[in-house]
Amino acid sequence: MTGVGRVLVIVYAIMALAATGRSFVQIVEKFDEAPLAYTLSALSAVVYIVATLALVFAGSRRWYRVAWIAIGFELLGVLVIGTLSIAFPELFQHPTVWSLFGYGYVFIPLVLPFFGLWWLVKHPPVDERELTDAAPAAVTS
Amino acid sequence: MILWFTYVQVAIAVAAGLFCFIAGLAGRRPSDWTVGSLALVELLLIVQIVVAIVAPLTGNPPTGSLLEFWVYLVSAALLPPAAVVWALLERSRWSTVIMGVAALAIAVMLWRMHIIWTVQVA
Repeated sequence: MTGVGRVLVIVYAIMALAATGRSFVQIVEKFDEAPLAYTLSALSAVVYIVATLALVFAGSRRWYRVAWIAIGFELLGVLVIGTLSIAFPELFQHPTVWSLFGYGYVFIPLVLPFFGLWWLVKHPPVDERELTDAAPAAVTS
Repeated sequence: MILWFTYVQVAIAVAAGLFCFIAGLAGRRPSDWTVGSLALVELLLIVQIVVAIVAPLTGNPPTGSLLEFWVYLVSAALLPPAAVVWALLERSRWSTVIMGVAALAIAVMLWRMHIIWTVQVA
């Protein structure tokens, strides 16, 4: 993991930290107040954690695929929850990280998956088998 | 939380954040100054931990959720060392940018902590 991708990882890691902390407090203190919203909150935390790890290891094909799934889910999540939280505000009295398109987090949750997907498109994984078929080149990091 | 101390911490975290972020985008690799600025942010967070332990005993309890406050504070205190380790795996401009991002995130967290302590009701 080199270059600007490492900045992406730290932003994802901070979002994972924020979402996990928030979700943990919500579940411990008031889960019965809004079990659906807080389950969603926990789910978003898991998605961010998985996305962070998958990006770090995205050089491998398997993790690259996991990253696509996690970031794709993240994008879907912020768009769907964002829309629902505006269309049906009474369902979202209890905020999640994706409510209002991530308004509570300066819209970083809205923008981040686009950067994530862009990075994945620009950095496909190196397949070991393809390397040996091609002319022997310097091994990429 | 103590208001003036919160202001000082936020100001230093924002200054460190902008300094590292801009220096990084300008192509600077990590230096004693940039890593040092994060070390300063961390030092202040450690002081903040002490303050948060002592304050309720001296008549300055939080109005909001103690658990939420401490989850923020512990997260914030873990962030500078984690960010520096991650940043310094390489020695590039992006390493400096990473430290800037972490410091700016801490500034936000400090402000949230202050709101939890003084405004929010548990």
